[in-house]
Parts: sequence; structure tokens; C-alpha cells
Amino acid sequence: MAEAKAAASAVPKKPAIDHAHPLSRTLLAKLDYDQLTNCMRCGFCLPACPTFRETGVEPESPRGRIALMKAVADGLMEPDQAFRDQMDHCLGCRACEPVCPADVKYGQLIEQARDAIEDHAERGIAARGVRRLLFQGIFPSRRRLRLLGKALAFYQKSGLRRLVRSSGMMKLFPEHLREMESILPEATGRGVIERIGTFYPANKEKVARVALFRGCVMDVLFAETNVHTVKLLAEAGFEVVIPRDQVCCGALHAHSGELETARDLARRNLEAFKDAGIDYIVSNAGGCGALLAEYDHLLQQDPSYRELAASFSSRVIDVSRLLAERGRLLDFAETGAGSAAETTTVTYQDSCHLRNVMGSSDAPRHLMKRVAGVTFAEMREADRCCGSAGIYNVTQPEMAGQILEHKMEHANATKARYLLTSNPGCLLQMRLGVMKHGNGSGMEAMHIVDFLYGRLSGPPD
Amino acid sequence: MLDAALTRRLRQIVGEKHYRDDPEALVAHSYDGTPMLQSLPDGVIYPADTAQVSEIMKALAEHRVPLIARGSGSNLCGGTVPVEGGVVMVMHRMNRLLEVDLENLTATVQPGMITAAFNAHVESLGLFYPPDPSSMKISTIGGNIAEGSGGLRGLKYGTTKDYVIGLEAVLASGEIIRTGGKLMKDAAGYDLTKLLVGSEGTLAIITEATLKLVPPPAAKKTMLAMYKDLYGAARTVSRIIEAKIIPATLEFMDNPTIRVVDDFAKLGLPRDMEAILLIEQDGEPETVERDIGRIRQICESERADRIEVAENREQAEKLLTARRSAFTALARIRPTTILEDATVPRSRIADMVLRINEIAGKHGVSIATFGHAGDGNLHPTATTDARDREEIHRVEQAFQEIFEAAIELGGTITGEHGVGVVKAPFLEWKVGAAGIEVMRGIKNAFDPHQLLNPGKVFAKAARKRVVIDHG
Repeated sequence: MAEAKAAASAVPKKPAIDHAHPLSRTLLAKLDYDQLTNCMRCGFCLPACPTFRETGVEPESPRGRIALMKAVADGLMEPDQAFRDQMDHCLGCRACEPVCPADVKYGQLIEQARDAIEDHAERGIAARGVRRLLFQGIFPSRRRLRLLGKALAFYQKSGLRRLVRSSGMMKLFPEHLREMESILPEATGRGVIERIGTFYPANKEKVARVALFRGCVMDVLFAETNVHTVKLLAEAGFEVVIPRDQVCCGALHAHSGELETARDLARRNLEAFKDAGIDYIVSNAGGCGALLAEYDHLLQQDPSYRELAASFSSRVIDVSRLLAERGRLLDFAETGAGSAAETTTVTYQDSCHLRNVMGSSDAPRHLMKRVAGVTFAEMREADRCCGSAGIYNVTQPEMAGQILEHKMEHANATKARYLLTSNPGCLLQMRLGVMKHGNGSGMEAMHIVDFLYGRLSGPPD
Repeated sequence: MLDAALTRRLRQIVGEKHYRDDPEALVAHSYDGTPMLQSLPDGVIYPADTAQVSEIMKALAEHRVPLIARGSGSNLCGGTVPVEGGVVMVMHRMNRLLEVDLENLTATVQPGMITAAFNAHVESLGLFYPPDPSSMKISTIGGNIAEGSGGLRGLKYGTTKDYVIGLEAVLASGEIIRTGGKLMKDAAGYDLTKLLVGSEGTLAIITEATLKLVPPPAAKKTMLAMYKDLYGAARTVSRIIEAKIIPATLEFMDNPTIRVVDDFAKLGLPRDMEAILLIEQDGEPETVERDIGRIRQICESERADRIEVAENREQAEKLLTARRSAFTALARIRPTTILEDATVPRSRIADMVLRINEIAGKHGVSIATFGHAGDGNLHPTATTDARDREEIHRVEQAFQEIFEAAIELGGTITGEHGVGVVKAPFLEWKVGAAGIEVMRGIKNAFDPHQLLNPGKVFAKAARKRVVIDHG
């Protein structure tokens, strides 16, 4: 057997092919060939994949996409435009990973493929400029993001929004962007730190010390939710710090083929949190939390940050899970019009990355069920992606729209008053869904934290 | 690349977007669940109904282009890999449940319907369709019929072939035939229904199936028996049958399988056991209680280390999850997983497990074994790495000897996966030269121009597995 082992170690991990096509060469270099080989093509991922479910065709499935990646790496096909488009069709929801018997890291493969494609992207000067502005100019910079928030707030509040809308100028934009613009919440230049500072003490006895990851989109569009997160945590016995130097998590970059920028952001966050002396790093956005929890993988090739990343990732936890499993039991009561006998029905849309990557689907449900006067109605296929998927609903509006329509059929069937989620992207998408397909039911899409905070018996202030 | 006139005609039949020959479509239909096997088709077509299937077949027959019908492509014998090119026909659009006949207890379905969806629907009507291949969440009824799929309940309830009582199929000429019907008895001529079941798409294309349904058992109990002695477990299997008890399920897992299943499904299985038997009995509550009691005694007398009887449905599902995850969980040990289905008379299970271990040791390869022990259908599963040519060669030698051993013990080379490409070289060992000649005669009668799924079942001289050359 020793001989066999020696022989095995001599087996090349990747085929030694000198590809003529530059993208094939980059893909072969960047794709984890072990993962490509691990896919045994059993097909168990097909029923879990939203794009396969919508289209019923093999290339639109995880098994199909992995086969395409491998075919390019093996030189069986050229990476044509259809190949590049197919890699973009994937929502990145990673619902295929928990059902994969062979434990293939599909999420990593699709990011590696997009990263390689991005290296060879041929974009017009304008598109390149917008992309650079967004990914390298705005998201990584706290100050610029804040400025953008202020500009957006100014746009919304100054009457400019009204002017733009009434002028018909929005008609110049594609329909899906117009719809998105209309459901954006009031942006703000005042984030969570500007509102409550960088430290918030635990109420009564301290259970643990935690740091809030405030997120970039969260803190501009949902700053109030961040504040509520801190106050809920404090109420459950957590002392909360909010490291000032933290930046965007890098998830949108990682999912869009900007792995290097994502790594830079990760390193900056590691520095920002390393001296905070905390037990947990709390996220209230499934999409951010999932990447934070995978910083160890993202930086595994970086010897100077590898250990710090492992320690960081092991502390990352979603707010629902922390409250449900580690915190003091919170007392949630009914609010609103007296204590009428009738109950409020709520339903929940899983955040894909919270469920599939962070493995947390029970905790939010437990919390909702604990609220007095609330009936929890499980939505059919709540575990299926809503079509938001980072910026997917902007880049792939047709598929996202189709998925959203089916999603809302299930949501409407629950007859819920509140449709709760755990991620800002999902929340915006659910608001869009209610607006387009809610049939005037009065359903309201809300972040689970805001819902719970509103039902806390005797809030601290 | 097919003739331009032919592709034009195919597009006319199914509509522009339902025939594809772009690289993406070709690559995505060049494989199935079989390791180390890949071959590109010339085109991919998605028919909407039987009439289209017939028209497509006529067009292909005129041009002598092969056709490979395919459901979800989850089979393990290379049954749907287009090894000689041609057009892959994906049946997913033909996925409707056409009828459930409550008076005759039959269901009529299109071939593209997913097996698990069909089962769930039938159960919601208070009926039961027993075949339950492990891939049922994604496999299709049509694929199950073509491959003659089995499953965990095969011992007591039989396999897919025992539930197909009528078929509509398109012949290689494009003609449509109907066989059988909603009939429990039918002695009119050769039984073409049963002939088509398990014919692996080499005789006709199944476009509709009438399936027999049965009343569900009133009660069911699930138990696990764990052994530190492998042979005690194997003897238990033989003794249960000897005691004239036919359990609904009688499944076996050896130690390497137990370990990986536990890693995968986090079930808290004891990792020091050499074997686990998963046993289920269903039927009238009194019978179930009595049988489980007697089985328990047998397990005890064969010195089972631990015996667990599930108290409720939830616990039972958990015990079942262990076995259902076995094949796929094994894939985690090494990159490549090769799963076979050598089958022996159930009285020879202990001998077969012993032989598999011997052979694996001799060739220095890792083979974990689990399977449907009650019907003698074992799944020796090699965990290896397709990139290691030398090791793969040893794995292939080991499997060849395992097939030989199975035949020697009065068994067969495949219990439920089918022959396809993978086991074609060994078919003659099982059926003999005369048997092959009869089968060839049947093939030629149905498909004189060798258009339906060519390269399957019958081996060409010295045909071996096609390993992608990274050379």
C-alpha cells in the first residue's frame, strides 16, 4: 500500500494542456481541478437548482455548469460567449451544496470561473468605467459609500426624485431598473455608528462581547435595522462593539469575478476586528455573513493572513442564531391594536447564503414562533432563491423576474401579513415582489430584526 | 455535425429552440452518472409529445443517424452516453401524469416524470408505487423503465419491471406501438412490455407507461442491527429468509460505508461496527410486530452488538437516511467513485462479501460494500481517482474478478443498473454465447440499422471503458 500511496502522490492534479485560447488557460489555472473531479455527475443537485427548475435544461444546472467548466479546462470546448453567459446565469444561491453527496464546493468553482472570465472581459470603456467605479471606487470606500448614501438621500428627499419621476426621465432606464428605483428605501448618510456610537452595553448581566458587522448596503439603506440589531443583542445580554474601520465584506466582488478586490477587503476587515476582543462577529445580512464565514477559504493562499482569517471566520454568526442559541431568552409580545384574539400571520423567505452556507434555517423560524400572537406559516419552497442573488436581479432581469413571480405565488398562498427575510438583497426583492405580484394584499416585507425589535416587550427606550 | 437538411427538419418538428447543436448543449449531454465516460452527441432534441418523437425517429432513420433517449442522466452503466454520437433525446418536456385510474389501480405517465414526484402524488391518493431507486429524487419513470431500476423495496415488492403493465413506444422506424394495457392478465403473444423494460433504449423509445399501483401497507416498522462481526450480519440475512420472513427492506452496510455515511449525514452511527443491517417490515400491524420480533431474535442469536427499533416515523426516516446516502456519501473519500451491482442468490451473501474483501485486498484497492442484501444485490464501491491510471487499472481488474466471483456463486453481473457500456464486455459470461445470439436477434428485429442507443449492451471486440485522455 505504501507503494500505491507513493504512486498516487505522483499523479498530476491537473491535466498538462497548453491551451491556445487565453481564457481556457486562465480557467485551467484558476479552477480547483480536485473539485471538478469530485463531481461524480449523480445529478442530485438538479432538483435543488432554481435555474434548472425554471428551464429544465442540463446546462442551466450545477452538474451542467461544472461539466462545462471541466470541458473547457480539458480542452473539449472553447469558452465561447454562451459559456461565459452560462456562468453568469447561475444565481450563486448554493442550494446545490447541501444536497451534494460528494461535497463539491460549487460556490468556489463558480467564483473561480467568473474570476477567470473577468480577467479576459472585453467591455466597452463606459461599462468598464461603471464597473470600476462601483467595485473599486465605491464599495470598498466607507467615505464614498457614505457620500453616495447622502446623495441618494438628497435625491429622495429634496424633491429631485419626484421631479425625476414626474419628468418621465426614468423611462429612459430599462423597466427592471425603474422598478428597483421605486422600491429603494430612504437612504441615509447617518449609519449605525453615527447614531449610537461604537459601543453599546449589555442590558443586565453580560453574556458575551460581540462585534457588529454593519455591512455597506445595510448601513446606507437599512441603518435603522443595524440599530435594532444592536439593541436586540444588548437586550439578550450581549455587549456590542462596532469597529469603525470595517469595510464592505467583498461578497459582491467575489461573486462577480473580482476575487483580488474581495481579498483586499477581507484583509482590511481582519485588521479592523482583530483587536476588538470579541467572542462573536455578528452579521444581519446572510450574503455578507456567508462570505465572512469563508474568509478562511478566501485567504487560504495568503500565509500572513491565513491564521487570522481562520480565527475570524470561526467567530462569524448570524444575528438570529446568536439570539436563539446563545442569548438570554427574549420576551416578544404583540403590539399594535390591543391584544385582540386574532393572530398575525408571518412567513419567512430564507436567505440562500444564510441557509446553504452558514447552515442557519431553524434559528429565524424559532424566533418568529416565539413571538406572542404570531402564527408562523411556512411558505412552500422558502428555501429556494428569490432571484435577488446579489446583483443578479439587475444583471439577469428576465430569469430573476420569472423566479420572483413563482416565489410570490407561494408567498401569497400563505396569506401572511408579514414576509420576513434575513438579507438586504432578499428584502428589496421581496418588496419588489409584493409591489408587482402582491395583488394589493397589504403584505409587508420586512427584515426579521425589525419585526422582532418591534415586538420586544418593553423595549429599552 | 449533422446534415443541414436533417437539422432543418428536426427544428421544424420540435420548434427552433428545442433542437440544439451548440457546444454548450453537446457538452452538457455527453455524460451521465457513470464515472470516466464522456462522448459528445451531434445534437440534442427535446420533444413535446409522442407524435414528435415518431417524426424525429423517421427523420433520423432516413439519414441513419442514431438516437439516444435520456431522462435525467443519473444511470451508472453509461446507458445514456452517446458513445457513437447521434442525437440525444431528452424526455423532460414529456413529464405529465396523464391519469390515475382508481377503479383499475393504475397510473399512466409520460416518461419524463420524476419518480419521486410520481410517488408523492400516488401516495397523496392513498396508493403505493413501490419501486424506489436511490436516485428517485431526480431519476425519471422513463429512465427507470429503460434501465429496469430496482431500489430498497425490491426484495418483497419486486422492481420496476413488476409494475409496468402497458407501454406506448416508438420503434426505430418511427412507428408507434402499444403493448399490454390496464390488464393484470394478458397472454396475447410475446410479452413485449416486459421485453422493453430494461432494454436500455436499444429496442424502442418509451413515450408513455401504464403502471400498476397497490394499496399501501397498513403499518411499517424499521430497525437497525449492528455487528462487530461481518459474517454474523451476513448469516442473519440468510437466516431471516430461511425463517420464511420476507422483509420489505433488508439492507446492508459495511464499516467503510458506515463511516462515510455518518460523516455525510451526521446521524451518530457507531463507527466501530463492521456491519449494519437496516430491516423494515410492513403489512398488517400484528404481522409486522410478530416478524420484527422474530427478526430481532435472529439478530440476537447471531450476536448483534446493538439493535435499534424505530419508535416512530421520524426515527425510521433517520435510519433510512443512512442507507439512502450510502452511494453518494462514499464519493467523499476520494475524487472518483465506481459503484457496481454484482448480485448473488441471497443465500450466498456471506460468501460474496468475503470474496469482495479478498479481491480488494489482493489488488490493493479500497472497496466499500453496501446494498440490498435481502435480494442478494450488493454494491461493491471503489473509491479511487480517475487521474491515477495505474490505480484505475487495478480497480478494473478487481471488478472483473468480482463479476467472475458473482457468476461462480450463481449470480449476475448487474442486479439493477443495467449493462450499458460498462458491463457489456461481461454480458456473455452471464448469458452465454447462445444467449447473446438470441439477444442480438431480438435487437436486429427491432432495430435493423442499429440506430437506437448503439454501443450498449453488446460489446464490440475488446471494448473497454473510455477514459478521457488528458495525455
